[in-house]
Amino acid sequence: MEYDPYDLPIPTAYKIVVAGGFGVGKTTLVGAVSEIQPFLTEEALTETGIGVDDTTHVQGKATTTVALDFGRITISEEVILYLFGTPGQDRFMFVWDELVEGALGAVVVADTRRLEDSFGSIDYFESRGTPFLVAVNCFDGTRAYAIEEVKAALNLDDHVPVVTCDARDRESVKEVLIGLLEHLLAMRVLA
Amino acid sequence: MTAPVIRPYALAPGRTRPQADFRLISVVLACRPVAADDAGMGTQQVQIMRLCQAPQSVVDVSARLELPVGVVRVMLADLAERGLIRDRVPASLPALPDDDTFRAVIDGIRSL
Repeated sequence: MEYDPYDLPIPTAYKIVVAGGFGVGKTTLVGAVSEIQPFLTEEALTETGIGVDDTTHVQGKATTTVALDFGRITISEEVILYLFGTPGQDRFMFVWDELVEGALGAVVVADTRRLEDSFGSIDYFESRGTPFLVAVNCFDGTRAYAIEEVKAALNLDDHVPVVTCDARDRESVKEVLIGLLEHLLAMRVLA
Repeated sequence: MTAPVIRPYALAPGRTRPQADFRLISVVLACRPVAADDAGMGTQQVQIMRLCQAPQSVVDVSARLELPVGVVRVMLADLAERGLIRDRVPASLPALPDDDTFRAVIDGIRSL
């Protein structure tokens, strides 16, 4: 039998998406558990210069770079878990769609000082039917909100888990991911 | 008003190939070792070949080589067309894992 050095076991990869408003701690959260430095880029073309008037309809193309938080956790030889942070700006929606396609689920990182920044992410996942969990990143001195209050403020369905976390703390972030996975497992039982 | 943003299909010269085949976490693998005269194909392509001597996902290649994902996809499509790398997506796209796999992932995270 011929030895094929390229007949290597291919691990199965799964994705979890990490969403949330600007500055809530997505990068920190991904970095807390990732085995690699979390950084990925994608280029997008923007069509610039929509004509100011009809006679000088100038069009050009400019390349803009989207930075994505990216992390990886090798579970075993057979399984790798990837974490993808969503891009900050709403206009990179094509990136959102691709990140979420085939993902296990999502973590929405929320900041109690700016809860409204989570609405966009929550609306997106609710409209797509993507299972998600909300992780309230507790910056020092902001643990004033009870989880129930956050649920009410975000107008979440009862079944959506809401947990507190410290995005800087590896153990805390592990619990967030485990919380999402256990939620997904529980939902299968109900489906 | 913010300018509309579109997917970059043509970032490498002359290429307008759709990149649907190379999903973010598709795994690619080289089909042969890097050869001495591979330098002619371009530095980044050689780097990809070297990296892909072991299975890599598209995003792994992108992050390791610090290249945008779209650029990596065009290069991978090119290398695949030349028979130098293979897209090794598992037979079925990662569907939902079975319960045992879910628990394995949970245990794996716990043990970090």
